[in-house]
Amino acid sequence: MKYNKNTKIISNTQLTEDIYDLRLECPGIASEAKPGQFVNIYLNDSAYMLPRPISICEADDGVIRLVYRVVGSGTGQLSRMKQGEALDITGPVGNGYDTDLINKTYSNVALFGGGVGIPPMVELSKRLNVKTDVFLGYRDVLFLDKDFPASASVYISTEDGSTGTKGNVMDALEESGVIPDCICACGPGPMIRAIRNYAKEKGIKAFFSLEERMACGVGACLACVCKTKETDEHSQVKNARVCVDGPVFDAEILA
Amino acid sequence: MSENKTKPDLNIEIAGIKWKNPVTVASGTFGSGMEYEDFVDLNKLGAITTKGVATYPWEGNDTIRVTETASGMLNAIGLQNPGLDTFTKRDIPFLNRFDTVKIVNVVGKSIEEYVSAVEILSEQPVDMLEINISCPNVKEGGIAFGQDPRAAAEVTEAVKKVSSKPVIMKLSPNVTSISEMAKAVEAAGADAVSLINTLTGMKIDINRKAFTLANKTGGLSGPAIKPVAVRMVYETAQVVNIPIIGMGGIACAEDAIEFLLAGASAVSVGTANFRNPGVTLEIIEGIEDYMQQQGVHSINEIVGAVL
Repeated sequence: MKYNKNTKIISNTQLTEDIYDLRLECPGIASEAKPGQFVNIYLNDSAYMLPRPISICEADDGVIRLVYRVVGSGTGQLSRMKQGEALDITGPVGNGYDTDLINKTYSNVALFGGGVGIPPMVELSKRLNVKTDVFLGYRDVLFLDKDFPASASVYISTEDGSTGTKGNVMDALEESGVIPDCICACGPGPMIRAIRNYAKEKGIKAFFSLEERMACGVGACLACVCKTKETDEHSQVKNARVCVDGPVFDAEILA
Repeated sequence: MSENKTKPDLNIEIAGIKWKNPVTVASGTFGSGMEYEDFVDLNKLGAITTKGVATYPWEGNDTIRVTETASGMLNAIGLQNPGLDTFTKRDIPFLNRFDTVKIVNVVGKSIEEYVSAVEILSEQPVDMLEINISCPNVKEGGIAFGQDPRAAAEVTEAVKKVSSKPVIMKLSPNVTSISEMAKAVEAAGADAVSLINTLTGMKIDINRKAFTLANKTGGLSGPAIKPVAVRMVYETAQVVNIPIIGMGGIACAEDAIEFLLAGASAVSVGTANFRNPGVTLEIIEGIEDYMQQQGVHSINEIVGAVL
């Protein structure tokens, strides 16, 4: 993991009322980054003790793109930062999706992104060379829906029915008739549970990138654990660290 | 002129153990150092204090385990740890790759468990043991021994009987008088005390109308608690003769120096590692700069200077 002090902001633009698009110049992290990994952002105001973990949306040509939601005063402060200003970050953090394995093993991959679970699906879709269907779930206003490669088919669902299927990503999947042999998903808990049930029922391989409240963001503090079926090697109990053992987990190992 | 250019002497000695500088990390914020190796040359730390370890693995609390607060955070990890079998095979050999003092923080749910852990660690290549009788996040053990001077003395006496290493008792601020606790463990044979552990706190999620932390309460740490910690170090320094390792919200060299002036012989950096993984080395450099500016030759000259 790299500690990049004074990482320059290339741009920080508003996509929707509360979604922002931040591009940072950091070749070290960009060249290593895998889809599903994240970075820790250390806000310049020293009153914020915890870094903000934000998933990598794209990593190209020395630049990482982070698309984040303003949820509180910390991310609010981040949203007001301007081009040319700098941030300290660590990354890339976590395991990320094993795209080599997915490309080798599966022929019809479905990606599911809900809300700020959508950004990591952009880089992931770019690295898959098998048939890819992308299911994006929104409350109402869309973002990143045009950023997927042309090779991927994008299906949209909105809670209010303003675009695409009215309902959630599972409704859109049913409507599409797509039957994947591998699922990669990132999003809110209820969405992950619904996809997990579906995958289990149909016997489809599934990888989930999980969210949990983090503190250190580097694997030391044991705040962001998730329950696993078996004792994991690091903890010696049935707790994996979401930050560094994940955030991507094979559904089969999760309790 | 030459006076200013002399490298100040940061060496200290606690209970017969020599540290190259007075800066360590607070237990639980730094693992056993592995996760910080990318950011910090661990050889440069005065000491590494590990996350608390018990004789057998502990699951810890349910999540959510942490939440940020104004200039601080609440945590209720619940002392999740892999147990001494794994710790002695993995963490201790890792620590021994580095030229620094190794302090193992010990947790237990009964006096017998503390004693068993200390017996095992007495045979291990580590330098000091810190006994955690102050974790606010576990019901049995931890704080149960940390709020009653007699119980604290009993644990101290029991572990001292079997320990081949100097014993540091880690004290809780969630008491009427921390100096009374310090006196009790000193009388029971403690070689040093470390303070403060976290202050018990709570946060409510107004949208869910529920407690933010699964454990309901958590330990408050970070700059928000620093003035309380400095006051407690000062009060304790007035009544005990054993060394004090001071901590609570240290985020920069100036903070660390306050603790030294208040009577701490060494300091631990905790939550600040989360907002700046390289902060420990910046603090060591900052203390050196301060000493040079103030014409202080040895760090020991400023320990307790305001007492």
